[in-house]
Amino acid sequence: MNNFTLFKRGFKNGIPIFLGYLAVSFTFGIAARNSGLSSLQAILISATNLTSAGQFAALGVIAASSGYIEMALTQLVVNLRYCLMSSSLSQRFDPKMKSHHRYLISFGVTDEIFGVSSAYERENVPPAYCYGLIAAAFPGWVLGTALGCLSGDILPASVLSALGVALYGMFIAIIVPPTKNNKVLLGVVVISMLLSLVFAVTPILKEISSGFRVIILTLVIASAAAYFFPIKDEEEAQYE
Amino acid sequence: MNNIYIYMFIMAAVTYLIRMLPLALIKKKITNKFFKSFLYYVPFVTLAVMTFPAILDATENVWSALAAFVVSMIIAYAGGGLPIVAGIACVVVFVVERFV
Repeated sequence: MNNFTLFKRGFKNGIPIFLGYLAVSFTFGIAARNSGLSSLQAILISATNLTSAGQFAALGVIAASSGYIEMALTQLVVNLRYCLMSSSLSQRFDPKMKSHHRYLISFGVTDEIFGVSSAYERENVPPAYCYGLIAAAFPGWVLGTALGCLSGDILPASVLSALGVALYGMFIAIIVPPTKNNKVLLGVVVISMLLSLVFAVTPILKEISSGFRVIILTLVIASAAAYFFPIKDEEEAQYE
Repeated sequence: MNNIYIYMFIMAAVTYLIRMLPLALIKKKITNKFFKSFLYYVPFVTLAVMTFPAILDATENVWSALAAFVVSMIIAYAGGGLPIVAGIACVVVFVVERFV
């Protein structure tokens, strides 16, 4: 497949990300205006960060006029899960892939772009495919922010509510199909969801932020799975 | 009052570095069986943990979200592709919220 075809495929698979981001960043735009930022500042934040939880957390830091170090630490803690995602993704690129591709694609390692890239059917994910995903997702994030800033009621609540679920539908479309022929993956997905539920409802455990919940459960469950069910070499090709 | 643009620079820089460093530093394929397997399982765990139960709070009411969750799981298991599952999830929420 040539680069343009790969780019187009990525772009097409990125359309659900575009729609989901439109809804989520729309609420970010509204929140940013409410906390006193100008539209331009809010759009600039979305265009340079491309992340949801980190940006919402930043609004709190800015509103409280907290220190710069606190801002850096907040971003580090809220976004630390990307470190795990980039590490996982590092094994899905051709070792010979040029550095500038690594630096550019890094910017786009969001939960969703990481998820869709990981679901690529071969071991080595081509950069053009990632660029296609980013080319669809990034405008959704920036455009949604702009719309949210300019008018909180361009998109009715019913549409926002419906679009808000797109990203989760996408996650499900990524993790469920491979579980069909792989009992270990099925177990990993089911246990992950159950423990996530336990963390969400149990007193004390539910005080842990969702960012840390992802990190803790990923370290525990993926380690246990790796220890008890190490992947066999022939299993490497099984990415879809 | 702190400078808003310095805040913005710090945010962007920290977020980018977290994403970029692992990709820039780990260029080779890891041969250690445990780490290799761990990284293989990472996307399944992170996405599953992020999906449930968070999906239940993603919409106007919990029933439309639950319906979207169940329908998405079934269609994904039956082999529906990514845009199809995501699209149907949205439609289910929209339709259910007209009735509940």
